[in-house]
Parts: sequence; C-alpha cells; structure tokens
Amino acid sequence: MTGFVTVDKVSHRFGTVTVVDAVSLAIAAGSYTVLLGPSGSGKTTLLSILGGFLHPGQGRVLIKGEDCTLMAPAKRPTATVFQDYALFPHMTIGGNVGFGLRMKGVARAERDTKVQDMLALVGLAQAFDKRPHQLSGGQRQRVALARALIVEPAVLLLDEPLGALDLKLRRQMQDELKAIQKRVGTAFVHVTHDQEEAMALADHVVVMNQGRIEDQGPPQRVYERPATRFTATFMGESTIIPGVFSDGRLRTAFGDFPAPATARFMAIRPEHVKLGGEFDATVADAVYQGSFVRCTLTAEAAPETPLLARFDAGAAVNTGDRIRFSIDRSRACSLED
Amino acid sequence: MTRSLATIYAALIYGFIFLPVAVLVLFSFQATLFPIPPFTGPSLRWYGAVLGDSRLTSGLFNSVLVAVATSAIATLLGFLSAWGLARFHLPGSALVRGLITMPLMVSYLIIGMGLLIFFNWAGVPKSLIAAGIGHVVINLPLCFAIIYSQMGDHQANIERAARDLGAGELQVLTLVTAPMLWPALFASFFLSMTFSWDEFVIAFLLTRFDTTLPVEIWSLLRAGLNPKTNAVGALVFGVSIVLAMVFELVMFRKRWA
Repeated sequence: MTGFVTVDKVSHRFGTVTVVDAVSLAIAAGSYTVLLGPSGSGKTTLLSILGGFLHPGQGRVLIKGEDCTLMAPAKRPTATVFQDYALFPHMTIGGNVGFGLRMKGVARAERDTKVQDMLALVGLAQAFDKRPHQLSGGQRQRVALARALIVEPAVLLLDEPLGALDLKLRRQMQDELKAIQKRVGTAFVHVTHDQEEAMALADHVVVMNQGRIEDQGPPQRVYERPATRFTATFMGESTIIPGVFSDGRLRTAFGDFPAPATARFMAIRPEHVKLGGEFDATVADAVYQGSFVRCTLTAEAAPETPLLARFDAGAAVNTGDRIRFSIDRSRACSLED
Repeated sequence: MTRSLATIYAALIYGFIFLPVAVLVLFSFQATLFPIPPFTGPSLRWYGAVLGDSRLTSGLFNSVLVAVATSAIATLLGFLSAWGLARFHLPGSALVRGLITMPLMVSYLIIGMGLLIFFNWAGVPKSLIAAGIGHVVINLPLCFAIIYSQMGDHQANIERAARDLGAGELQVLTLVTAPMLWPALFASFFLSMTFSWDEFVIAFLLTRFDTTLPVEIWSLLRAGLNPKTNAVGALVFGVSIVLAMVFELVMFRKRWA
C-alpha cells in the first residue's frame, strides 16, 4: 500500500475502548479527503494521529515515504486547522498568520510580505493589524486556514473546520475551501459529520464508524454503491429491506432485484421511490421541505419496514393519504450485511 | 421603613469596618503631639517625620524590595507548577495540587515558626532573604490557584497550534502561554504584593537587623502612640489599597474573547 500519505493498520485505544481499529488508508497528493462519521467514530482521533498529537498504539503513519508515526507535530510536514480555530488571542492577525514562519526564523520583512499574500488568498487582505476578537467566526476560520497554509505543509488537516459556522456561511466557506485547495494544491484531510459537506468537498470520502473504515472512494460511488449498511444510511438516507437470494436475484417484499449471490439486503434511496405504480401504501408522515416532500410510507407489502421517500414538492401528499408507488429497481443497491 | 433600617444597618457595618481606619488616617494629619481628639490639623508634619526617620524609610525600602522580589518568584513558580499540572498527566496530580495549595490553610505563625526552626537547623541566618522565602511559601499557593483556574482546554489547544507550527516548549511558554494568561499572572503578582506588603508575623520571626516596614512599625508602637505611627500606617494602607485595586481591575476586566 503506497500513497502520498499512508496509514498502515493503525489502532489506538483510550483506556479499554478501541477508538481506531486497524485502519489503513492511502491519501493521494493534492487530493481532498474527507473523513466522515458520527461522533465517536474515531475520525478526529485518526486526524490527531496524522497531526502527531497522538501516537497510535499500533501501526504506522508514512508521509511522503517517511515514517512519521512518533514524530512531533512540529517536525512533520502537516499543519492543523483546529475546530475552535485556536488563534493566539494576544497577537494581531498578521502575528498569528506569521507565527509559523517566525518559528522557522524567517526575517520580518519577508514574513510580512508572505503573510499579506496569504491573507489576500483567504480574502482578508485588510485584517493584518486586527486582533482575533475583532473578527467574525467565518473570518477567524480563514485566519486559522491562512496560519496553517503559510508553512506550506504537505498535508493540511482540518478538524470540523466549519462546525461552528451557521448553515449559509458553512456552504459559502465550503466552496471557498475547495477553491483554495485547488489553488494551493496541498492535500487536505477534512473531518466532518455532515454528509452534504463531505459530498461537496471530497475527491475521496472515507466513511468511518466505531473506529473502522466502512467505505471509501469518490463521493458519487460511495453514495450510489455504498459498501455497507452503515454507509447506505449515513451517507444520505436509505431504507434497508431484507431479501432471499435465488437464481441471480434477491427476492424481497418489493419484488426481485438483480444482485450478486452474497446479497442479503437492498438499500433503497428515498429519491428512487416514485409516486404511482405497483405498490399500495399509507403515508405515515409527510414533511414539506421546500424543494421536496419527505415521506415515511407504510407499505402494505411490508408494513413493518417504514419506507423513506422523497416526492416532488408539487405532489399533493399528506399524512394519512393512501397512495401507490413504485421503486426504481435499477438504482437500488445490494448489501451483504 | 425597611429601607431606612437597611441603610442604618449598612452604615453601622461599614462604620464598624472602616471607622478605625478613618480615625487612623484622620489623626495622621494631626498637628500636635498626640493622636487624640481634638483634631488640630490638617498638617503634614508627621509625614515629614516618617520620611525623615531612616529606620522607617529603610523599612519601607526593604518592604518594597521583598514584596516585588517574592511576588515575582511566587508568580513564576506558581505559573510553572500550574502549567505542569494542567497540561501533563502526572501520577497523583490531584495529591500534588492539594499539597501545593495546603499552605493556604496553615496559619502564618505556624509557617513562620516552622521556617525559623528549619533555618536555625540548616544554619540560615535571620535576614530579609529568610523572610522573603517565607513570603514565597505563603504566596505560591495563591498564585498557583489563580493561574491554574485560568488554564482551560481552549488554551491547551492554542498551545497545540503553536507546537504544530514549529514552536519549541520554551517558545510555547514565553510566546503563547504566558502572554495569553497575562491577566492571571498580573493579578497573582499584585495580590502577592498586597499580602507580602503588610505581612508581619513571618517577617518578625525571620528578620533581625534589616527588617520590613510592618516590623518597624511594631517597634515604633512599643514606644507608645504618636501621630507618626498614624502617618506610616496611613501610608501602608494607601499602598495596600492601590495594590488591591490593581488586582481587581486586572482580574475582573473583560477577558479576551
């Protein structure tokens, strides 16, 4: 297993709890990797191990071919953007961004020029003499980004960087992050629990749960062909329906699906449930969401499995209605467990 | 009715606390030989006498020296121990924290006597340095407690950021941790100054020829009351007030966001 960054069978425990369990991962140069998972999935611990703030109990971390497993954060070619930004409150923005260069002994004049360039890159050219408490959350976020990028790390680690921002700002910063990453060409590793954020940013998404990698790959592949049940329900929603395999097909309450012999379940995305067609159902719940109506259906064929559906916002569907629906079979995905 | 009762009650309480001090300050401006009514001032005669008394002025100088030096040492040691205990997982760190703050609960007399016996045994002569060590002993727990209380996880993350950007431990301490905790350090320093400045028992037990102002005042009082004692008392009180106000201002001003 080789890569720009290679995580080789890394495990880590806190007391008796294994938070990262034999994780192996390759990160390509210049890629945007997102570690996606619920809290407690080990994604932040894995990021801390990459950053050198934690030394894993087992396994190795190689960056550009060099074993960094036990190397101090200062020595390794990584830089971290912390969740709470961790700006130096007593320094100006210029002092904050220039800190890494100051530690490297770069002379003041050269440092200030580079700091100005970096501040311009993140859209804060006017902030040099301000102090962190004078800036908004989004601006502080950019300062944290500039401070980490200025030391030209091989890998930039971002720990839920958008978590403290409101939704609108988060979507806007998301686009900017992606643009900045493309511009500087540094490999970014970004931790989040927000699957929309993951899909918007990632070249390579790594879905984690209970210390293990459930699935990884390009976001489109992970969404459309999730490898596990957890991935199917965490990276977007799915209804999981059981089936029995025979003759190259998985037989379920909603008909037969083409599937490999190992398949035991089908995952059905809510947007692949269409109004009108072969099955009868009662709408147990309908929530208007603006661009669509999110429904929970109780199908007559399998009343014990609440089926999630997204219908067009124009469809007049209300709680308690009896409707008919169909499933886009070609786009359902089979699962083994 | 209740309001006027409350006012009277408050007046009595404040009178009880401040009347002696007010009387002391008032009669420090007495023009005649005795600090008793009637008030004959105002006059700065006795302040002049204080500044003309070489024992009192050298006591004043010694007090300032001891207060500044011991407060600086206590703050530095308190800062380092708070940092060590807040940032590193040490075995029995709760016990160590308890031991550091314990002198807060021991009377100055016991600490002074203990040091006196120990210094006697160790052959350390009575001196300003011995008294200074005593003041570090009583002020270190305070400095530790104040600074430790201000060291949160957020600051730990900021230190981590500094290390990540290439700072060594000494650079983290001097460029990040200490400036970030500046209000707590400043407050510790001034609170220590306040306590050292008017500390009597330890200074009395541990000094001999060169001594601090409170001990000099005590010798002065043995010769009987005169407005000079009032004047020097008012000076001590004034300095204490200034130090306490600086402490309050620093400690309770708006903290950095």
